[in-house]
Amino acid sequence: MHVIVCVKQIPDPALPGELDPTTNTLKREGKLILDESDSYGVEMALQLVAAAGDGEVSLVSMAPNDEVSGLRTALAMGAAKAVLVSDPTLAGADALTTAKVLAAATKKLGDADLIIAGTESSDGYTGTVPEQMAEVLGLPSVTFAKTVEVADGTLKVDRQTEEGYDEVTCSLPAVVSVTAGVVEPRYPSFKGIMSAKSKPVENVTAADLGVESVSWAQQIVSVEDAPAREAGEIIEDDGESFNKIVEFLDELKVI
Amino acid sequence: MGIDNIWVFAQAADGAPTTGTLELLTKARSLGSNVSAFIAGDGTAEASALGDHGAAKVYATGDLGGVLPGVAVSSAMKTVIDGGDTPDLIMFPQSYEGRDVMSRLSVKLDRTVLTNSTEVSVDGDSVTVQTPIFGGAKLVNSTFTGEVPHLAAFRPKSFAAEAGAGAAGEVVSAPVPDLGSTGGATVTAVHVEETSGPKLDEAAVVVAGGRGIGEAEKFEMVENLAKLLKGAPGASRAIVDAGWVPYSYQVGQTGKVVKPTVYIAAGISGATQHMVGMKGAKNIIAINKDQEAPIFGIADLGIVGDVHKVLPQLIAALESR
Ligand SMILES: Cc1cc2nc3c(=O)[nH]c(=O)nc-3n(C[C@H](O)[C@H](O)[C@H](O)COP(=O)(O)OP(=O)(O)OC[C@H]3O[C@@H](n4cnc5c(N)ncnc54)[C@H](O)[C@@H]3O)c2cc1C
Ligand SMILES: Cc1cc2nc3c(=O)[nH]c(=O)nc-3n(C[C@H](O)[C@H](O)[C@H](O)COP(=O)(O)OP(=O)(O)OC[C@H]3O[C@@H](n4cnc5c(N)ncnc54)[C@H](O)[C@@H]3O)c2cc1C
Repeated sequence: MHVIVCVKQIPDPALPGELDPTTNTLKREGKLILDESDSYGVEMALQLVAAAGDGEVSLVSMAPNDEVSGLRTALAMGAAKAVLVSDPTLAGADALTTAKVLAAATKKLGDADLIIAGTESSDGYTGTVPEQMAEVLGLPSVTFAKTVEVADGTLKVDRQTEEGYDEVTCSLPAVVSVTAGVVEPRYPSFKGIMSAKSKPVENVTAADLGVESVSWAQQIVSVEDAPAREAGEIIEDDGESFNKIVEFLDELKVI
Repeated sequence: MGIDNIWVFAQAADGAPTTGTLELLTKARSLGSNVSAFIAGDGTAEASALGDHGAAKVYATGDLGGVLPGVAVSSAMKTVIDGGDTPDLIMFPQSYEGRDVMSRLSVKLDRTVLTNSTEVSVDGDSVTVQTPIFGGAKLVNSTFTGEVPHLAAFRPKSFAAEAGAGAAGEVVSAPVPDLGSTGGATVTAVHVEETSGPKLDEAAVVVAGGRGIGEAEKFEMVENLAKLLKGAPGASRAIVDAGWVPYSYQVGQTGKVVKPTVYIAAGISGATQHMVGMKGAKNIIAINKDQEAPIFGIADLGIVGDVHKVLPQLIAALESR
């Protein structure tokens, strides 16, 4: 079984985000890391391939400046190879362009039985790329997967819904987006980290993939500060502060 | 020309449109004079509520037969558009199904999408949406620069739902065409998690617990307090991921958006991704032992203290009233 995982490499979400003052897009300088949202997809793919008994996991990523740190993490976890699309003409690309580029990049890796992505990235979180990729590739898809299983060439997914979950079956090949927490991502072993350094990563541009007309029909016109919410009264608990809460709830007439 | 023909992707549960759908219709009718809803199913049960919130027409796909809405509804939309009714703007809820339908359609029409928006305005032919970023600290205004239809998704509770627009919408059949290879996913069983009390995103009071609650068993304190206040319990992602409570409890960027009269955050630090889901609460009470916790920056009443002391005292005080 061949599983391709889309892995986004992002600025560390623990650091405060910053906008580029000229383009108003998110600054993506400095070291990028594997988006935690995609570590679940990588783990899921490795488990599915292990359960199938043969096959491999490969990766696609689009990131600026030939950035590979996040890809190396996923390779260290156990993926075999990767395609990286890095191209200055893609800076600030919208989700649709990203999906077209990633869909084309998967073709570089040969036929896949399954393509896995996160339900949404940690930095852009449009949550649209996986479903857009499925449409570009003409594939069925199951989004918001909580569990994924492949049996007799059919995909079985428990899909998160607003009220609970649905059991969904799907033909292969297909695109699946997985929610955070579906599996426990493994830590790369020392051996994994060492071997990741020599695993193949193919660098390509949009033109190499035959993705023409790289442009997008949206523009940021301005950025403003949101009206700040004022902090109210902060008190140290002296053993009686619950009374303050009771008073407050009383004033608001909720009790 | 101007922006006049607006569609709203309508979602329904048990024969009634969701509040999110009615919010978008209400906004749509303030922007354009020709508003339609587009719904999966036969649309008859929902037509009057949809009409009363602004939809003069209700495009209905008919039963989807278990096919996931993303691919089915977007294909039906594309067929109507190819047939000559081209909307200027299609508004989607930023929900599971809304996202999927919009994503598929964006590829079919080759149109960009603007997501996670909380406001929209129209000026002549130009549509601008506003999106909060960095946990709501900044607001980004973006316009569409391409051809219509423009596709935009809105976070729940961005607009107020108001009835009074008039008669039931006229139901127009918009069948799903053959989906070919893309139609391979089908729902075989539906599981609904049992909940009691008000729904999290509709409750007037939300009591939410975070990692500071300490352990799964102690979440009972949060549930008891919620029950006493006739509210709903909620949670931070930290304790959802830890498996203490189901995902349906999660408040925040990747969970529910709540705007209750009172939000009580117990043992929650106030990460930006949590705050986007509850900043709209009218009143916020925070209990946290760390006085530097960011949640205190937006709290109307902040108690620097231990939830294991304050919550039981509060529960006892309310029980004795
Ligand atoms: C704050 C902010 C808001 C934005 N809003 C919009 C918007 O409204 N509309 C819009 O078109 N663009 C928007 N963008 C740009 C958008 O983030 C980029 O186009 C991005 O390349 C793809 O979208 P995403 O990260 O939102 O993907 P999502 O759809 O949220 O990502 C889901 C999954 O797709 C895969 N994936 C996504 N990107 C990559 C990648 N580069 N490499 C490998 N796998 C990937 C990953 O598996 C990921 O988990 C926004 C960016 C920012 C920073
Ligand atoms: C892409 C993305 C999406 C996310 N989406 C969401 C989302 O939708 N919702 C969400 O909530 N998070 C979300 N997160 C996670 C978010 O960043 C935080 O990690 C999470 O909200 C932290 O939860 P917490 O406040 O419970 O835990 P912590 O940050 O660990 O805070 C625990 C707090 O409890 C306090 N505390 C400890 N013991 C006690 C005690 N005895 N009494 C009182 N206080 C005590 C501590 O001082 C601390 O402030 C997202 C993150 C990412 C990257």
